[in-house]
Amino acid sequence: MNQDFSPDRAACGFARDIPLVLDAGEAAALRAGARVGISAAHESAHLHVAGAAPYVDDVPEAAGTLHAALAPSPVASGVLRSIDRAALLAMPGVVAVLTAADIPGANDCGPVIHDDPILADGTLRYRGQPVALIVATARDLARLAAARIGPCLDIEPATPVLTAREAYARGDALLPPASLIRESAPGALTAALAAAPHRLGGQFSLGGQEQFYLEGQIAYALPTENQGLRVLCSTQHPSEMQHLIAHALGWRSHQVLVECRRMGGGFGGKESQSGLFACCASIAAARLGRPVKLRLDRDDDFIMTGRRHPFEYDYDVAFDDDGRITGIEATLIANGGHSADLSGAVMTRALCHLDNAYYLPEVAINGFVARTNTQSNTAFRGFGGPQGALLIEIVMDRIARHLGRDPLAVRRANFYGVASRNVTPYRQTIEDNVVAALVDELVAQADYQGRVAAVAAFNRSNSVLKKGIALTPVKFGISFNVPHLNQAGALVHVYADGSVLVNHGGTEMGQGLNTKVAQVVADALGIGFAAVRCSATDTSKIANTSATAASTGADLNGMAARDAAMTIRNRLADFAAARHGGEAADVQFANDVVRVSGIALAFATLVRQAYEARVQLWSDGFYATPKVHWNPKGLHGRPFYYFAYGAAASEVIIDTLTGEVSLLRADILHDAGRSLNPAIDIGQIEGGFIQSMGWLTTEELVWHATDGRLLTHAPSTYKIPTANDCPAALHTRLFDNPNTEPTIHRSKAVGEPPMLLAFSVLLAIRDAIAATGGPGADPDLRAPATPEAVLDAIASLDAIRP
Amino acid sequence: MMQQPISFYFDNRIVRVADQPITATVLAWLRGAVRRTGTKEGCAEGDCGACTVIVAELADEAGDAGGIRAGNLVLRPINACIRFLPTLHGKALLTIEDLAGLTDRALHPVQQAMVDCHGSQCGFCTPGFVMSLFATYLRHQAAQTTPDRAAIAHDLAGNLCRCTGYRPILDAAARMFALPPATLDTAPIEAALRAVAAETGAGLSYAAAGQAGPGARFYAPREVDALAAWYAERPEATLLAGATDIGLWVNKRFRDVGDLLYLGDVAALRCIEREGDVLRIGAGATLEAAWAALIGLEPALGEMALRFAGPPVRHAGTMGGNVANGSPIGDAAPVLMAMDARLVLQHGAQSREVPLDAFYLDYMRNDLAKGEFLRAILVPLPDPDTRMRAYKISKRFDCDISALSCGLAVTLEGETISRVRLAFGGMAATVRRARHAEAALHEAVWGEAAVRAAMAALDEDFTPLSDLRASRGYRRLVARNLLWRFWLETRSAAPLPAASVRVRTFAMAGAV
Repeated sequence: MNQDFSPDRAACGFARDIPLVLDAGEAAALRAGARVGISAAHESAHLHVAGAAPYVDDVPEAAGTLHAALAPSPVASGVLRSIDRAALLAMPGVVAVLTAADIPGANDCGPVIHDDPILADGTLRYRGQPVALIVATARDLARLAAARIGPCLDIEPATPVLTAREAYARGDALLPPASLIRESAPGALTAALAAAPHRLGGQFSLGGQEQFYLEGQIAYALPTENQGLRVLCSTQHPSEMQHLIAHALGWRSHQVLVECRRMGGGFGGKESQSGLFACCASIAAARLGRPVKLRLDRDDDFIMTGRRHPFEYDYDVAFDDDGRITGIEATLIANGGHSADLSGAVMTRALCHLDNAYYLPEVAINGFVARTNTQSNTAFRGFGGPQGALLIEIVMDRIARHLGRDPLAVRRANFYGVASRNVTPYRQTIEDNVVAALVDELVAQADYQGRVAAVAAFNRSNSVLKKGIALTPVKFGISFNVPHLNQAGALVHVYADGSVLVNHGGTEMGQGLNTKVAQVVADALGIGFAAVRCSATDTSKIANTSATAASTGADLNGMAARDAAMTIRNRLADFAAARHGGEAADVQFANDVVRVSGIALAFATLVRQAYEARVQLWSDGFYATPKVHWNPKGLHGRPFYYFAYGAAASEVIIDTLTGEVSLLRADILHDAGRSLNPAIDIGQIEGGFIQSMGWLTTEELVWHATDGRLLTHAPSTYKIPTANDCPAALHTRLFDNPNTEPTIHRSKAVGEPPMLLAFSVLLAIRDAIAATGGPGADPDLRAPATPEAVLDAIASLDAIRP
Repeated sequence: MMQQPISFYFDNRIVRVADQPITATVLAWLRGAVRRTGTKEGCAEGDCGACTVIVAELADEAGDAGGIRAGNLVLRPINACIRFLPTLHGKALLTIEDLAGLTDRALHPVQQAMVDCHGSQCGFCTPGFVMSLFATYLRHQAAQTTPDRAAIAHDLAGNLCRCTGYRPILDAAARMFALPPATLDTAPIEAALRAVAAETGAGLSYAAAGQAGPGARFYAPREVDALAAWYAERPEATLLAGATDIGLWVNKRFRDVGDLLYLGDVAALRCIEREGDVLRIGAGATLEAAWAALIGLEPALGEMALRFAGPPVRHAGTMGGNVANGSPIGDAAPVLMAMDARLVLQHGAQSREVPLDAFYLDYMRNDLAKGEFLRAILVPLPDPDTRMRAYKISKRFDCDISALSCGLAVTLEGETISRVRLAFGGMAATVRRARHAEAALHEAVWGEAAVRAAMAALDEDFTPLSDLRASRGYRRLVARNLLWRFWLETRSAAPLPAASVRVRTFAMAGAV
């Protein structure tokens, strides 16, 4: 009963009629039955390009849908005495004006600490803070009424605190200060600093970053039976939305269903901060008994939500003649904004990434989360990791310039060892260190040494334009710092026709998570991609999910989905052996064909037979990351299951007359383990690199110095990179390095680590600026390195020139 | 004039809309009224490109260059979020949903290339990129050319992607020309547009059903005289051209713009032509067309033209609008001032000329009387002995608002400067000339000493503000340095090529 099957079917991706474009190696592997390690197109790519991939606002609206808008506080600090709703209620189309008093449950959307009011509760904390929820028959009418809130407010304004340094000086913290200290003996750091042959101290200032997901925040709440709500929300964390909504309504979780098919980008901005909008839409829908949609205008999105924490640094470092660090003390001051949000975990990750790829023998890192009257800062790809690691790269560069050595040589001198010098400040032993080999490979790939010489030659013969080059490494810890979050569930349905539906607790924000998970399932069942369909994340399918964050999406959900798929496969194998003879362990699944006891039959045929034999063809799956543990008081343990590595070499040119910068070439070598999907991983690496370059160069956030208005509140004033900022010479390769831990197919997480690659751009700019000074020139360059910052840094050299 | 519905070609037929307010945007209509949700809203201000669509009109109606020619149509990528629906009257609207229908395959080559190259991640910006690339595809298909990477990147300057880092999108743009081609059959569109034109008569007069009173009327005449007369009678009306600014008044500031008088359908205003020793740019000519004409006079303006907004804005907005709006950071005015441009202003049947450098009175205030409008910009052809450059400084190369910009020109007799124009934007409440610095150069020898004197004199000319784009100190320093750059580029002895003084020119030369 051998059956025919078409080998061509395997050449198609998730779109049944669109063949994959693969290199020869991957094409051969695909034909041989591989489903992972294949550069399958994103499962929605054919929909994206046709405008046929629905986002929340694209879902047809239910009859009777109302639209909400949030009215912003016109002051950054003060007391809200009262709101006169009458004038607003009289405006065209306005159905309701809701305030804090109308929230039936808790007026709070804080994800960790309950300090984050949904609507202002009397205290005004930042300019743009929602003070009232306007519900109207049309979105424009709701927005218009919200914009007219000013005269309706009785406010006693106060003087806001707008900078982290000011809050730090006042000791105004959102959270208890944290210190990560590791010394060989008590007092060893002080001794190392005192005894050092060389010592440098200083300050550094690093700006924040707006996520600028292209799809703004949106939630659409629809009442369901028996005091229930179904909420469509663009969120990285449906379970938390469910909990926050229930909390705000005084309900139990099972009354709320939250669903997200896809986001138009998240980058951390829709982890906790989608909560405000999910709660507001839900409060209005529950109150009015009608569907309510809240879709933010881009400007409101900027002024109401937080972003990557800006950091200020003080540091003091001791090192020897080789540039090897003997001790370092650093204080990291994060601008947390008005509420804690995720700032505690962000600071922990910053403290745990200050080391980057370097062994720090005596170390004390202090973290201070400043309270200011600005938007509450939150998760953004890297989650404090980049803010921690950037400081040590600045320090490396300064050490090199101080000693007159090649910055790469100083970096290498400080790299973590493999058998010794391999314990992090938080006392995790690094077991998978490949940084030295990876950097060696990149140095060769990029002809780094040859280009250092070429850059120097260029600079000798050019006065207006100067070049710079830098190579920086990446080590990034993978896992949620909070161990219990490292769990995931999945649900796999095999229907009687052999088609497969996959559901899991992760969310799709463009990173290709659904694609990778579907590949894992196709691999487990030995079927073609087109047989597997992904479905919306839905709190009624998988309960108690973690945010799709910390780069863990594929690690966690891939394993959970594989667990589910393997359960079904094992049942099918048992059934096949029982029905057709042989051992279950010998049954093979590949290319939509099952081979059992010398016969081959189509996967769909076996499934049909199994269904008729009453075999359960669907299964859940679960995964919990092993080994991780963490002492949150002492700040030590094994917070990370493993590390991802990488390195980048960037060459820039600067204009010494205007401070303008252009990236000329970047070479990237990155460790994605054994990649599940090389094209998607390279997409994450390059996308993260350019996004991070934007953070460090053009993306400047400016608040009004006294009234606290965010002046850069739209793409007209906040400038993320464009196509012209991507260099023609961008060479990205994956470093072949199967994970030492048994992760899903030995792959590694790839979402956040690439954010560190663009440090090489900032350091290359620093190098170019240094070329305008004499020997040992050590420019004072802040980030983002806007044209003005670059000219200021050039001027900082002039000041100390002989 | 009789009220008419807004009539345009969409979804393979002529649609007639009579129920939308005059400031309804094309995007709101697409997503709301007809549920074509493929076109996305990312910013609602024309800065992200997620809403990019194509507007096509008959080439014989279009009146200017700068668009993309296909058959007898001129097509332009524009931002649907800031385009008012009544301006589509007599035109065709193509959206992302139309593309697959142009081929018998599953996807149009632009779309297929984006899939093949992994050009989408979250997918939200993707329809806008596909439409911009579709415009690129059509232009090069018509011209039988293929763009290089830099040209593609310039075409995409008005589209933001936050996920990919752009490399795969740029790759897709190269690949789309290698796939089996798809052609746009323009004949049915042309026929439909001719039918609408025939019934339109002297122009569109529109108001939403039941809202025909003052303050809610849209009038789009086809003749200048009709426009002038209408405006003279109703000077409180808002003159509308590309809506790249007025669209924001509505979307972001909820401003009631009153009656709208649209000049985009007046063919005579869209003309760009040489009249003797003057280039006459009609006030309704698109930025794309006007910059192309100016580059024809002065090739050194190329970089400024590329950096003036992004293609969807340049294809919609007008240089006349940029000049008449009179923003202190408008980038056209410094260039035109350095070229001694004059403005033709018209009120009713009367017209007059004013020099551009006398037009701006104070911050956002100009010399237009009530009911008077800008009809044309007159640009004298440059003297062959004039050396000119235009510079723009902003945080981002593409599509950013200037911290400062300038048009700098010296005309030499031998080595002596006989005429000097140093016009700056971003340095004062209006775009204006640096008279002290000019005086330092006038009749001086074009050499280092005079340049340094002019640089010092700039401090007397300007006391710029500090704002989100730059500090006062930066603006002052860079204004001086740009004079120095100008001299380095235009000095007689060993002038430096642009690639020695400008980072992007260097980068695009591909020297690495």
